[in-house]
Amino acid sequence: MNPQRPDNEAAYNFAYLDEQTKRMIRRAILKGLAIPGYQVPFASREMPMPYGWGTGGVQISAAVLTPEDRFKVIDQGADDTTNAVSIRAFFQRTADVETTTRTAEATVIQTRHRIPEQALTEGQILVYQVPIPEPLRFLEPRETETRRMHGLRDYGLVHVKLYEDIARHGHIATAYAYPVLVEGHYVMDPSPIPKFDNPKLSDNPAIQLFGAGREQRIYALPPYSDVVSLDFEDHPFEPSKADHPCGLCGAEDSYLDEVIVDDAGGRLFVCSDTDYCETRRAQGFRGKDAA
Amino acid sequence: MNSDRALLSVRGLTKRYGAHVGCADVAFDLYPGEVMGIVGESGSGKSTLLGCMAGHLAPDSGQVIFDTRAAGPRDILTMSEPERRMLTRTDWAFVHQHARDGLRMGVSAGGNVGERLMAVGARNYGAIRARVADWLERVEIDAGRIDDRPATFSGGMQQRLQIARNLVTGPRLAFMDEPTGGLDVSVQARLLDLLRGLVRDMGLSAVIVTHDLAVVRLLADRLMVMKSGRVVETGLTDQVLDDPQHGYTQLLVSSVLQV
Repeated sequence: MNPQRPDNEAAYNFAYLDEQTKRMIRRAILKGLAIPGYQVPFASREMPMPYGWGTGGVQISAAVLTPEDRFKVIDQGADDTTNAVSIRAFFQRTADVETTTRTAEATVIQTRHRIPEQALTEGQILVYQVPIPEPLRFLEPRETETRRMHGLRDYGLVHVKLYEDIARHGHIATAYAYPVLVEGHYVMDPSPIPKFDNPKLSDNPAIQLFGAGREQRIYALPPYSDVVSLDFEDHPFEPSKADHPCGLCGAEDSYLDEVIVDDAGGRLFVCSDTDYCETRRAQGFRGKDAA
Repeated sequence: MNSDRALLSVRGLTKRYGAHVGCADVAFDLYPGEVMGIVGESGSGKSTLLGCMAGHLAPDSGQVIFDTRAAGPRDILTMSEPERRMLTRTDWAFVHQHARDGLRMGVSAGGNVGERLMAVGARNYGAIRARVADWLERVEIDAGRIDDRPATFSGGMQQRLQIARNLVTGPRLAFMDEPTGGLDVSVQARLLDLLRGLVRDMGLSAVIVTHDLAVVRLLADRLMVMKSGRVVETGLTDQVLDDPQHGYTQLLVSSVLQV
């Protein structure tokens, strides 16, 4: 890749980060792809946004974007929320890349807490923003110990957490950031996606990259990785969603947001993936609440 | 398994903390079903020795040979970390003096006991729970408290819970570090009674470190007396306590208050 040199020396480098930093991040990404599910430490940079707003995802996007890419950002499935709009605008300004809201047309998709409903294809890159990359963090506070546990595949504790769920709630109540086993070795936190999206992690043709800026970790799933959601034999993993069709497009297979619409207990269930919902409505599908 | 063969053989075990000696040149054999008591005053190296044998501390020299189920006698100090971890949660138990060190206080009693089962691959919730309930009963904890956190348990119950958590995988060797320390006498008596029953029923071998001579009198077949990191006297428990030979053992025995 030959980055465009800015005319003005004071201007930002292509996609904000300097080339040395991007090289460093790309090395971490390659290592992550070589060892699926392994958390690679990297020297996370200060970004012009607060930690927790997707600094890890933004750094990965900056490292993988080329001038020919078409970029999409979603936040909880939506293209039009603050976080999505500002990150999209950020790369429009610093990289001058084309942007889109259409999942099928995008080559790089940065996402917070969702995997698009539309199936991804080979050649696409899905970049996740990760708040806490360590799936064992709330079970074992010592970093030295969690690393050893990963190295030795010592994952009994993850099942203790699921056991506690069943003991307390009668079923596995973990609904997001549901732990997965990657390629039979590493247990991975899939970032706070709903467990409805977990099956899409596995055997996905797209490259999936996970960036945690504050925690300084990158991990990755190469295309067609085997990803298994952990469970018990007698309490199998079940992807769950609200038991309604979308109020706007009538879809019954998509993940839904619940929106309170008045003070009288009125509520509306709509697709959390705005692109999916709009595409369906353009095709003429109508839900019961569509105006 | 051969009952003529030692379950655990310790040879020349030495651990130094700089110039200070933790324990020096300790050697003994422990046979299946046997309980070995290690007594001595604070700082005599009892806990260091126990830590070295259980793999918590790295000794400077010596061997700790354990008769593994799969491969016969192996030196655990030269084992790989995964092998040693597997051993520590299948064939070994470690009971800490403070139950809080050995329990996960944020996890329910059932989760605490079930952890070892899940760590060795149990994946059936119903089966895990049934075994946990069975074990809670064996250590005299009401099965109705299976979902309560250990923080809501009394000290004696916490200690019994820790024992259940350790014995659930049916280990052959238990290391116990002052298992009755910090408990009042009536609770101690019940705990000792329980331990004695479990050791007998399961054919468990144990190494018990304590400064309480009454505990070893009740539980231990053999006794090892330590002072300043060295073993000064060994023998059958009754023999050592009733006819102490070494000056320090005599002092120790005569220091017990008679009520």
